[in-house]
Amino acid sequence: MNDVILSRIAEALTWTGRYVERADTTGRILDAYLHRMLEDPWRDEDVACRSLYAILGVDAGGERVDMQQVLDQLAFDARSTCSIEGALGAARLNARSAREAVSSEMWECLNSTWHALADQRLAARRTGPYAYLELVRRRAALFFGLADSTMSRDDSWRFVVLGRSLERVDMTVRLLSVRVLDAAHAPDWTTLLSASGADEAYARVYGGFGDTPRVAEFLLLDRDFPRSALHALTTAEECLTALGRQRQDPARRPIGRLRTRLEYLDSHALEEQLPALLKDLQHACMDSAEAVAELFFPYQGPVEWAQEGA
Amino acid sequence: MADIFDAYALADAWDEMFVRPGEVRTAYEPVLAALQPIEPSELRFRADQMARAFTDRGVTYAFAGEERPWPLDLVPRIIDALEWDLIQRGVAQRVRALEAYLSDAYSHCRAFEDGVVPWRLLLNSAHFHRAAQGVEPPGGVRIHVAGIDLVRDEAGDLRVLEDNVRVPSGVSYVIENRRAMTRIFPSLFAEQHVVPVDGYAGRLLAALRAAAPAGTQDPRVVVLTPGPGNAAYFEHALLARLMGVQLVVGHDLTCRNNRVWMRTTRGEVPVHVVYRRLDDDFLDPLHFRPDSVIGCPGIMNAAQAGNVTLANAVGNGIADDKLLYTYVPDLIRYYLSEEPILPNVESYRPDEPGQLEAVLDQIEHLVIKPVDGAGGQGIVIGPKADTKTLERTRKAVAADPRGWIAQRPVALSTSPTLAGERMAPRHIDLRPFAVNDGTDVWVLPGGLTRVALQEGNLIVNSSQGGGSKDTWVLAEGPAEHPEPLTPNGGLPEVAPRQHGPDGNPTVVQEGAQQQ
Repeated sequence: MNDVILSRIAEALTWTGRYVERADTTGRILDAYLHRMLEDPWRDEDVACRSLYAILGVDAGGERVDMQQVLDQLAFDARSTCSIEGALGAARLNARSAREAVSSEMWECLNSTWHALADQRLAARRTGPYAYLELVRRRAALFFGLADSTMSRDDSWRFVVLGRSLERVDMTVRLLSVRVLDAAHAPDWTTLLSASGADEAYARVYGGFGDTPRVAEFLLLDRDFPRSALHALTTAEECLTALGRQRQDPARRPIGRLRTRLEYLDSHALEEQLPALLKDLQHACMDSAEAVAELFFPYQGPVEWAQEGA
Repeated sequence: MADIFDAYALADAWDEMFVRPGEVRTAYEPVLAALQPIEPSELRFRADQMARAFTDRGVTYAFAGEERPWPLDLVPRIIDALEWDLIQRGVAQRVRALEAYLSDAYSHCRAFEDGVVPWRLLLNSAHFHRAAQGVEPPGGVRIHVAGIDLVRDEAGDLRVLEDNVRVPSGVSYVIENRRAMTRIFPSLFAEQHVVPVDGYAGRLLAALRAAAPAGTQDPRVVVLTPGPGNAAYFEHALLARLMGVQLVVGHDLTCRNNRVWMRTTRGEVPVHVVYRRLDDDFLDPLHFRPDSVIGCPGIMNAAQAGNVTLANAVGNGIADDKLLYTYVPDLIRYYLSEEPILPNVESYRPDEPGQLEAVLDQIEHLVIKPVDGAGGQGIVIGPKADTKTLERTRKAVAADPRGWIAQRPVALSTSPTLAGERMAPRHIDLRPFAVNDGTDVWVLPGGLTRVALQEGNLIVNSSQGGGSKDTWVLAEGPAEHPEPLTPNGGLPEVAPRQHGPDGNPTVVQEGAQQQ
């Protein structure tokens, strides 16, 4: 009977996937940065914080910034969906409005996480943000694990995974962009790897530590690592293929193009092409997300019927 | 060891658990035996655990703008098989009579012609909708779901307090309460033969599908909610999920050519049955309140054209008007030729000659209720009201006799309820839920028992700080044994489990590998 999903629900599911992924990745990036900063006594806190803001697309303002401000703004600010707490709150609201489409276990995971954040935030003020960030990481993993094990592989599931994949590409691209565009103040390659949760996978593939531009290759082109841009694009494309019903699918096309480009990219040419490639990747994700919105969840305001009734 | 019932002093009312101090009613013996040895702190711990679980799962309600865990008391309310039989028959009878009344009121009006009910009752009702007139619902069902509120009086008799046949809510808490209790007191539960409550969603879906417009092949049912901001959103979502149907808000739906469609990722698909959980007034801005943005414009026309079924039907409010309540025993005799199984609470109709004076004279001894109040709002309990309130009420009733009824105050029965770390008697009521599929009125075994958590308080609504109890209907005799899974009743043959390497190889194995 439940063979179709409401446009509103599809939109809520996509954003649930996006926001949980955003909270997860933001947490990982903060964690990696904090760790790095503690270990490196010569590091300039202001500069490091600014590069964090740049990655996450938040305006740092003109004043000096310190780690506490970063945490307040990028972890604990409930009003902004760029922060962990805001993203999880938004994920919870979206899941709540799609309450009959997500499984109860998924909803409970998000809801109890959201309730647990307040305590962890207080604890973070005393003992540092690590437990807070770890909670977020674990619960995000639990959420997607539950999505995998409690949702049918139908369109509802595909929208969740699509949202997660698009957000993943976006975050990976953001991380790399800062490194590429502003090498002097950017995080080192090791921090980039650990911010992507990729340090161990990278070590296994390249047998060493990630202090080379090979990290960019890994994060963009690795076929097997689930957070690489290529892997996330492939997943997004698979979802769109299953969802789409048109030959010229405007949602799938930009993603498919970039995926092919990455697949056949000569890794020697990567370094030189990197700035343009990152820009194109970001645009492809945005274009696709817009097309998805237009195709599957066109705006439905009350305006339509007010005219009909008049 | 401290006994949590040590300080239990019976209130001035029938007590559900005790006949007199120390003498427990038979049905409650196992419960008392299970609860008594539990330390107060342990009881408190379990109550806190439960609240935590409700919060995590989102089983909450809004109280004074705050999200609170659903208040479930640890002591269940128990109804034995004999009494349940009475309740079930009484509730079903009431629903059948109210169905007959609605059908009559929106067509031939025989009961008015015959003088059983005065005409003015219909014509003055705020819930009488011309839009509903002449709409013949599929299977003749207008009340798909009913919640009939019952109380037990001082003599131990169950009486009907009011009928809810518009959008009765609370059934999700029956389901959630049971789920929580089986987790908190698994052993106690296992010893009892409690009739399960998980059949509700299946019955509801069957009734909704049966109500689809004639000729619909595979009817599509949706639940229409005002949205996540609504206090009962949790319930709407639970019912949609348990039935496996879509939960829609107004703007998910669109009406064209007197048909209702919903907007999906695969285009518009037709909808046949709408289990709506919003009031008539908000349902369709074209017919009712034009400022409503939570309804669906045109849905009323589609219903009139017979292309979509609204459950419950529009216009049912004339049947749960509190003034009509006073006529229900007569309606049962008139339409069904039966005697009422469950009596009403003695009531006055101020709009009848002579009764207004009687009410005004003894207002301090009566309970005064507005006829269309909901959630316990506007009720004045004479014996507890101050002179100012009484004077104000007296004026209000005199100015609008049709707007009020008066009842003899009933000291609702009490049940032991955890207050702090001790048991104390608190007043309770019961809302059984009935589902009508057109051939049968089925009553969910149990219902929602609500508790007034303040000492002496008689208002049990959760919107006024009330709590709840799991309601156990005891099965008659021991449960029958289900059919064995295999024909011979033996255990099926299964392959032995396979084992991988244990990850902790011994030195001997390591040596062996090196050879």
